[in-house]
Amino acid sequence: MSRVLPRSLMAPAVVSLFLWMIVPLCMTLYFSMVHYNLMQPGEHTFAGLENFRYFVTDPDFGASILNTIWLLGAVILITVVLGVLLALLVNAPFPGRAVVRLLLISPFFVMPTANALLWKHMMMNPIYGIFAQVSEAFGLVPIDWLSDYPLLSVIIMVAWQWLPFACLIFITSLQSLDMEQIEAARMDGANALQRFWFLILPHLGRAIAVVIMIEMIFLLSIFAEIFTTTGGGPGNASTNVAFLIFKEALMNFDVGVASAGALFAVVLANIAAIFLIRLIGKNLD
Amino acid sequence: MNDVALIVRTIVAWLVTLLLVFPLFWLFITAFKTELQAIQIPPLIFFTPTLENFKEVEVRSDYLHYAMNSIITSVVSTVLGLLVAAPAAYSMAFFRTRWTRDVLMWMLSTKMMPAVGALVPVYIMAQTANLLDTRSVLIIVFTLSNLPIMVWMLYSHFKDIPPEILEAARMDGATIWGEFRHVVLPLGVGGLSSTGLLCLVLSWNEAFWALNLSSAQAGTLATLIASYSSPEGLFWAKLSAASLLAIAPIVVFGWFSQKQLVQGLTFGAVK
Repeated sequence: MSRVLPRSLMAPAVVSLFLWMIVPLCMTLYFSMVHYNLMQPGEHTFAGLENFRYFVTDPDFGASILNTIWLLGAVILITVVLGVLLALLVNAPFPGRAVVRLLLISPFFVMPTANALLWKHMMMNPIYGIFAQVSEAFGLVPIDWLSDYPLLSVIIMVAWQWLPFACLIFITSLQSLDMEQIEAARMDGANALQRFWFLILPHLGRAIAVVIMIEMIFLLSIFAEIFTTTGGGPGNASTNVAFLIFKEALMNFDVGVASAGALFAVVLANIAAIFLIRLIGKNLD
Repeated sequence: MNDVALIVRTIVAWLVTLLLVFPLFWLFITAFKTELQAIQIPPLIFFTPTLENFKEVEVRSDYLHYAMNSIITSVVSTVLGLLVAAPAAYSMAFFRTRWTRDVLMWMLSTKMMPAVGALVPVYIMAQTANLLDTRSVLIIVFTLSNLPIMVWMLYSHFKDIPPEILEAARMDGATIWGEFRHVVLPLGVGGLSSTGLLCLVLSWNEAFWALNLSSAQAGTLATLIASYSSPEGLFWAKLSAASLLAIAPIVVFGWFSQKQLVQGLTFGAVK
């Protein structure tokens, strides 16, 4: 009894997750090696590695990899740096701190499609947008953000959404900081910068690592923001790997090539995942 | 000196915060403008608010239909997820075997799979089963993609329940069901509710699967908002009203449970 019951309690979760993982993976593996277009029903003939070659030699492929890395790197850099500064700013008490914290977290709960359109129209529109209005007030020529700097625009939207997440994690981490130690360092003559560099930053190290890796997982497959604003363009200027796979699958209907790309994305994500899993595994017990 | 520092800190903190939430503030007030006021130059801050947009959003784009889809898919997938995840987490927290750790890690690793990697197979399966653009397919996909997070969150909450209490219940002759019902459930109710909250928020805001698997029939609010993305036409006031209706419930929700939500997303790695 003592063995059967616990196992049967686990079974639904384990079995359904196993299927959720293995069935799509096997199908993707199979599709990636056949000619299969949704618009051309018929036999799936064996294609060998042709789909992979096609995906990798697609001129959009290199651009999409670079865009993915830029997007990932820029958003992580912005959210970590500003997040730490912001967390330090609101960690000490001041009037209205509770309200400030509530307001700060809000962008994180905005659904990606609403976030994207809010920025696309009301902030970044070259004529009526707030950015254009502000630059005109200063006598500058308004920028057409989405046409001229499409990737940067997406970076801004995504960073705006994830900054609160990073900030809240850092605030949580700062609360376990030993204030007496900081005070002692101050008494011994360490200035603010030294206290930050030698005491606070090392304390935040773990939180920073976690933020970087969680964001990696979510940002590798940023999709809705690109789908609703730039559509990957102009050209391929804001196409990332996730969007390129979507284009192959549901716009070109080429299942084979899309599957080859999907396997590529899985490998990319796994590189990030290995580090995170090891980090979390360490403090499991 | 300290007073000056406090004043500077207060001003800077408030300025930065207001700057960051400005887009949301702007969305909020634009929702109450007329379309002409919404694109007025210079931008209007003071105006007579109108509720016309909210009415229009309902009449023209059938807002309630999409809202209903959002509510049904997120609530059902949350309940379903809890029903599957809670027993599993309970079993792992109180009947540890040498595999428990590996099972947990493996579950976490399934969450690392990018959704786009499964897009084609899931799309084709849904198409074959005639489930494209149904609530059922969204519920299934939302539940499965949230399951690892739910098991993890529940596991870390259940683990905080002292095993001695369970021992005592067992000594007194409680069955495993009685133990779950009378000890674990009351003590774990905090964990269950914060896990449920996180799952609700994630499903409500989910856009990748919703955009790819659903449209007019089963589309959620995320897809309704996306349909406002056409490049021409200035209907910002309506877009704002629709967005406001779509995000307000979840943002307010988030305010009350921010800490659990964000910690849940880190799989308990930051305490």
